[in-house]
Amino acid sequence: MDFLYEVKQLLKQNIREYGMYIALAVIMLIFTFGTGGLFISSRNISNLINQTGYIAVLSVGMTLVIVIRHIDLSVGYVAGFLGALIAILLTKYALPVPLVILIALALGLLIGLFNGYLISGVGIPAFVATLAGMLAFRGALLLATEGTGTIIIPQKSFNAIGNGYIPDIANIRGVHVLTIIIGTLAILFYIYSEFKTRKNKLKYNFEVISKQMFVLKLIFISAIIAYVTWILSGYNGLSWTVVIVIIVVALYHVITTKTSLGRHIYAVGGNPEAAKLSGIDVNKITLIVFGSMGLLAALSGILYTARLQSATTTAGTLFELDAIAAAYVGGVSAAGGVGKITGSIVGALVMASLINGMNLMGVGISYQYIIRGAVLAAAVIFDVKTRNKSK
Amino acid sequence: MSDYILEMKNITKTFPGVKALDNVNFKVKRGEIHCLIGENGSGKSTLMKVLSGVYSYGEYSGDIVFEGDVQKFSHISDSEKVGIVTIYQELALIPELTVYENIFLGHEIKKGRFIDWEETIVRAKEMLKKVRLNINPSVKIKDLGVGMQQLVEIAKALSKNVKLLILDEPTAALNEDDSENLLKLIKELKEHGVTCILISHKLKEVLEVADSITVLRDGKTICSLDATKDEITENIIIKNMVGREIDDIYPKRNNKKFGEKVLEVKNLNAYDTNLGREILHDVSFNVRKGEIVGIAGLMGSGRTELALSIFGNSKGYRVNGEIFVNGEKKKFLKPKDAIKAGVAYVTEDRKGNGLILIDDIKSNITLANLKSLCEKGFINENEEIKVANEYKASLKIKAPSVEQKVGNLSGGNQQKVSLGKWLFARPYVLILDEPTRGIDVGAKYEIYTLMNTLVKEGMSIVMISSELPEVLGMSDRVYVMSEGRIVGELPIEEATQEKIMELATN
Ligand SMILES: Nc1ncnc2c1ncn2[C@@H]1O[C@H](COP(=O)(O)OP(=O)(O)OP(=O)(O)O)[C@@H](O)[C@H]1O
Ligand SMILES: [Mg+2]
Repeated sequence: MDFLYEVKQLLKQNIREYGMYIALAVIMLIFTFGTGGLFISSRNISNLINQTGYIAVLSVGMTLVIVIRHIDLSVGYVAGFLGALIAILLTKYALPVPLVILIALALGLLIGLFNGYLISGVGIPAFVATLAGMLAFRGALLLATEGTGTIIIPQKSFNAIGNGYIPDIANIRGVHVLTIIIGTLAILFYIYSEFKTRKNKLKYNFEVISKQMFVLKLIFISAIIAYVTWILSGYNGLSWTVVIVIIVVALYHVITTKTSLGRHIYAVGGNPEAAKLSGIDVNKITLIVFGSMGLLAALSGILYTARLQSATTTAGTLFELDAIAAAYVGGVSAAGGVGKITGSIVGALVMASLINGMNLMGVGISYQYIIRGAVLAAAVIFDVKTRNKSK
Repeated sequence: MSDYILEMKNITKTFPGVKALDNVNFKVKRGEIHCLIGENGSGKSTLMKVLSGVYSYGEYSGDIVFEGDVQKFSHISDSEKVGIVTIYQELALIPELTVYENIFLGHEIKKGRFIDWEETIVRAKEMLKKVRLNINPSVKIKDLGVGMQQLVEIAKALSKNVKLLILDEPTAALNEDDSENLLKLIKELKEHGVTCILISHKLKEVLEVADSITVLRDGKTICSLDATKDEITENIIIKNMVGREIDDIYPKRNNKKFGEKVLEVKNLNAYDTNLGREILHDVSFNVRKGEIVGIAGLMGSGRTELALSIFGNSKGYRVNGEIFVNGEKKKFLKPKDAIKAGVAYVTEDRKGNGLILIDDIKSNITLANLKSLCEKGFINENEEIKVANEYKASLKIKAPSVEQKVGNLSGGNQQKVSLGKWLFARPYVLILDEPTRGIDVGAKYEIYTLMNTLVKEGMSIVMISSELPEVLGMSDRVYVMSEGRIVGELPIEEATQEKIMELATN
């Protein structure tokens, strides 16, 4: 009885957060049944996640941009342009892959910082500054691919970023062993950190969830990690894209939730005036957030180009809007100061699952757009409604 | 028709974790001025929000009977239709629009399908005359002072054929003259048959205008007093509000000991590039260790600008002058520098630039000194909760937990969070800008006691305040400002209300 009550309370208090996960689960279930299990097959899930990579990293950066009440419309074509640049450097100049990657990331960072400077230093509204960037980089992309059209990249090591999988130590009957090992380690680490958090809380005499609830939570999350690991290990195992996305998400998650930099970012979003008077350098935060956005745009360009194994004239088109949609589905608020990295990743997965699932089911492209629009609207409506309630 | 224009019966309203109103009964007679008072967080604003339809029918339990009919408002416009108009604690005018546009905003006068601007201006003039405001209706709201804005709000209410006017702390941000003016106006409106509910923490004005007084405490009606029949004193009200007697609102400090000058400002000038004029002229003052220095003056005399100029000049004025902290010359280019040097500034406008309303109590309290909670670059969140809980207890912040959103707290409790935040930064000098604005007597007393403890422990306090009794009651020395200058310095023994006012107005 008590236990049920606790479950109810937890659900009620965290409805906004859980809502997204539930939505993702429901969407996946629907498609699994709709496609007769095809959707949930190892191969498809692996593909789905790999396809989400370049939008997922963008949505991570975009989340922070929206949290500080700005927007970045330029990231799509920045990614596209840097992709073309990478292709040129790799083919025409035959530079080594790591160097090219570094150059791309550094340029992305510079572009982001420049945007940040226009916005915080010069005082141009983000919408306008990055709209200008969007146009300019679209032009730059066309310029770069003008003579050649699509540029095919021959370097296998580069293309592996978007298509390759981590090597295996021993493949036992089609199961990727290293992936299983990593998954197991992840579960162990998760359980360890949960225990540590709980112990710390108890040390401070804070309230913790009941033992049963705690165990249930551990089992539940571990089961999910285990299941995903199992599915992935059934088809080539972890891809490099997934590894990169997980690292980015983990890094940003820790920065936003555990460090003072993260706190300052949310404070600036919540009330810039108050943040300023609390000794926070609002301009610096704006620079950092846009700098990180640029960096991630470069990463997105790398992932996309590697996935296609080529640079195209239309690369990057509408990436920015997909990233913005993912962030909003994931619960960021345009009013600023609210939005989680994990939320946006789930948002990106929701949107990608929709596209993938509807493709499998053979839904017409016109209906696909309509349904995606409806889901975006529904997610934001849900968010606003639950937010008002807790007010 | 009954004597009562309004009866609210057994109103109960709960928020997650908080019972804001608990079976409240509230009756208002036709044509009276009814004052609603109570401590911060006692539920006054919530009760008025229930009445005006901000919280719609069904979100609360109980009945609202207005003019004999049970009302079920689901929106503010419903209550306005029957003649209930509220002027909220936070003004609701649009700064970039003109006075006449604001007055008729939401109920524009139309000729056919289009707005009839000529008629609008004519009617706006009429309304302004009724509130005795002699201004051009075409000026923008942002160019008016708070006092005048308040009157425009009332003009707006009058344009809606108001029967019951609700004013939530209308004088909190006004100086004495403007307050007088406003109260006079309310009395006049009464003559014209407008019933008025007034929420205020200023007991003096309550005694001056009230026909009836209802006291709320912890969401319950404590008593209703009839000021036309019984003799009512401040003490009676205070006792009902806080449940105990407070002998002296300004607690005394014994064995005062002042040390060296902790903060000294010399010849500070500031030029506001937006306004295009100088806002501070040659301001010099100092505060010693263990001393409370009051800075008195009228609204707009440059006191907040002075504080902002010292505190890292976040507004980007052109400032020159010298600042010394503990004898060392300092240059504060941004608020962070000032905080590092041990200067803290508790802003006057806690909602606008003091707090992050969407964040919870704990992250607000720790924001200005997050570093001290960091271990190897990571915030120790457990330590943070502990610290926040300590301030919640010592400042008596009324909230279910430190995880409560600051935006959900009542005004007084928000102010305490603001104070807690700066105390946690452990400064040498605390600059308080209107520290007790909108705060109830009980909480005021607590804040004064806290100030005394702080200076006893060696902190120095600069208190900017428009409330003269407070300045006189708490300061050890008083500076008076007028038009961006310090026009006088008075030891507390020589300071009187008259002297200060004379200096401030010359
Ligand atoms: N939206 C909300 N969500 C949660 N709690 C709320 C909300 N609004 C008000 N409260 C709580 O309800 C109680 C009553 O608040 P209310 O604003 O009515 O107080 P008040 O009497 O107007 O105080 P003050 O004099 O400080 O303005 C407080 O404890 C407050 O924290
Ligand atoms: Mg209130």
